[in-house]
Amino acid sequence: MSSRELILGRVRRALADVPPDDTPYEDAVARDYLREHGERTAAQDVELLAENLADYRALVHRCDEGELPALLARLLAERKAATVLVPPGLDPAWLAESDVTRVADRPESGPHELDAVDSVVTACAVAVAETGTIVLDAGPDQGRRRITLVPDHHVCVVRAPAQVVSSVPQALERLDPRRPATWISGPSATSDIELDRVEGVHGPRTLEVVIVG
Amino acid sequence: MSGTFVGMPAFPKAAREAVADTTLRGNLRHATHTIRAKREAAVAEVSDWAALREAGKQIKDHTLRHLDRYLVQLEEAVTAAGGTVHWAVDADEANRIVTRLVKETGESEVVKVKSMATQEIGLNEALEAEGIRAYETDLAELIVQLGRDRPSHILVPAIHRNRGEIRDIFRAEMGAWGRPAPEGLTDTPADLAEAARLHLREKFLRAKVGISGANFMVAETGTLVVVESEGNGRMCLTLPETLISVVGIEKIVPTWRDLEVFLQTLPRSSTAERMNPYTSMWTGAEGDGAGGGDGPRTFHLVLLDNGRTDTLADEVGRQALRCIRCSACLNVCPVYERAGGHAYGSVYPGPIGAILSPQLRGTGSEIDASLPYASSLCGACYEVCPVAIDIPEVLVHLRERVVEGGPVTRAGNKAVLKPAKGHAAERAAMRAAGWAFARPGVLRAGQRLASRTRGLHPRTLPGPGRAWSATRDLPAVPAEPFRDWWQRTNGGATEEGTAK
Repeated sequence: MSSRELILGRVRRALADVPPDDTPYEDAVARDYLREHGERTAAQDVELLAENLADYRALVHRCDEGELPALLARLLAERKAATVLVPPGLDPAWLAESDVTRVADRPESGPHELDAVDSVVTACAVAVAETGTIVLDAGPDQGRRRITLVPDHHVCVVRAPAQVVSSVPQALERLDPRRPATWISGPSATSDIELDRVEGVHGPRTLEVVIVG
Repeated sequence: MSGTFVGMPAFPKAAREAVADTTLRGNLRHATHTIRAKREAAVAEVSDWAALREAGKQIKDHTLRHLDRYLVQLEEAVTAAGGTVHWAVDADEANRIVTRLVKETGESEVVKVKSMATQEIGLNEALEAEGIRAYETDLAELIVQLGRDRPSHILVPAIHRNRGEIRDIFRAEMGAWGRPAPEGLTDTPADLAEAARLHLREKFLRAKVGISGANFMVAETGTLVVVESEGNGRMCLTLPETLISVVGIEKIVPTWRDLEVFLQTLPRSSTAERMNPYTSMWTGAEGDGAGGGDGPRTFHLVLLDNGRTDTLADEVGRQALRCIRCSACLNVCPVYERAGGHAYGSVYPGPIGAILSPQLRGTGSEIDASLPYASSLCGACYEVCPVAIDIPEVLVHLRERVVEGGPVTRAGNKAVLKPAKGHAAERAAMRAAGWAFARPGVLRAGQRLASRTRGLHPRTLPGPGRAWSATRDLPAVPAEPFRDWWQRTNGGATEEGTAK
């Protein structure tokens, strides 16, 4: 007998007490928890997102659509970035005012190549106000997961209010499980040494979030 | 389970030694009290905590009650998404599968995401025996690995080490594993984290094989979820060409939507954060198409039983499989706080370990038979559990199993457990007490004798009772048995100086 059959057989014997007409999934879980916590306007959600991101040590900036290229140029200049990684579908206008050398996100570029890049600029799929989280789903304006991981400086642009949801349940509704997703809440951190929180272990040590609109 | 902890003394002996270590107690007390206070604040932020906790319990209970169906559904979904599913009955089989898969890549080193399942099966040791070096990349696991130590906490495996000890380990050991610690390394957490970053980065960038566990697997979609903080998980899950995930069969949730419950309760319960810094979700392997090149091209999922189906067969103990490994129960446990994680002789320490280990491994060994007693039954663990596992209920159930024996399932077979030998004296004493209580004359004579010989009573018990009295004061015997006093004073009515 294969291990698969062995394990499934053991599971079935272990569950001899479960009646065949056991409560179906649809009725087994009382979903009487909240869809979101508190009642906020869309603008208040954006405020809360900024607040919670900053609370976990992300650097948060606000601007309107027209100001974005100048702001991104300034952030890269302040960082003294010589190179910036650019996902294939990123709006070219966003980096129009920056003279930093652009490096394309190519499938064949290896980790060492990515490690040599100073900064990366991406969009996001959705952002969660209550938890201060930005979610990337490898869409064309976000690129492969590794480009927001290996470089030390990640600038993520969130379009408000369209991309901002209030809560975790609302974020999951918007995501496609078939796409790889990375949920990011502040920069890399560890609490492994005496439970003191230290930012910046392996991911980007600096996360800047630009909320546009 | 793993051979790592075999030969451990029973909990009381190991705990006694740990309690005597003042550095360990200081480290533990600081850590558990810090996280405890933070967790309370994080939980207080969500007004529907009780409803989320109940939903989490119900999702997990439903999944366990139909685990065969969800396992098959998961297998289909992972396979359809380009992954390969393997089934492992026990630790040996899981280790053989993973070793073979690594060898097939032609590689002799792997990078690892912190994973309880791979610790449970002793994967690193099994790989080492086959000439494959496994690098732990979680900072705490790195500290444990470099220090040739054992993990002592589910979330923070090096919780028993303070910053000075960690610096000493890094200075002494990093060089033997790769890039040495920087010159003049201090003991500030930021410096230590930076040393780990430099040491591990070269490994991440060259690794061709990653090994992980998973926090959740979604049956409906075949999606796996890893929740972490440092980014080492993202490194291991996305940079290598081959990814092998070893996951306990109980980690399934039925639908994508179910994640909305656990992504709210897990971070707040474990690290006391609104959300952990990084969560990775992936479904199958990456294709070569338009969206390809994002993550490993080859994905293997090893579904691990290793005692879980035996645990499932126990209707009371089954609830332990709801555990989402948040470690909140460790941080509130007065016994864990003083004894430390090593005393539990398992990769699963603390209250959850006290019910999980003896169920996964059976109660045949001294340490496993003693684990259901490694608790004060105060119930704090149940209060904080985000999936409402009634740990005290299972502890009492397992104690009864150890003392009285009874039906159990081991390796899929029904068996009858014999009463544990160590408890013969207790059973004899209880039988004698039952006999005496049923005979009032005997009881009265015994009590009078005890009162009259008060001055001769030893401070500790002889024989099998010695262990009991070693940590307890014997109650003083009164000068006169209560029954005699009642009769003499007519229930206190004729005694001088009393009311009535």
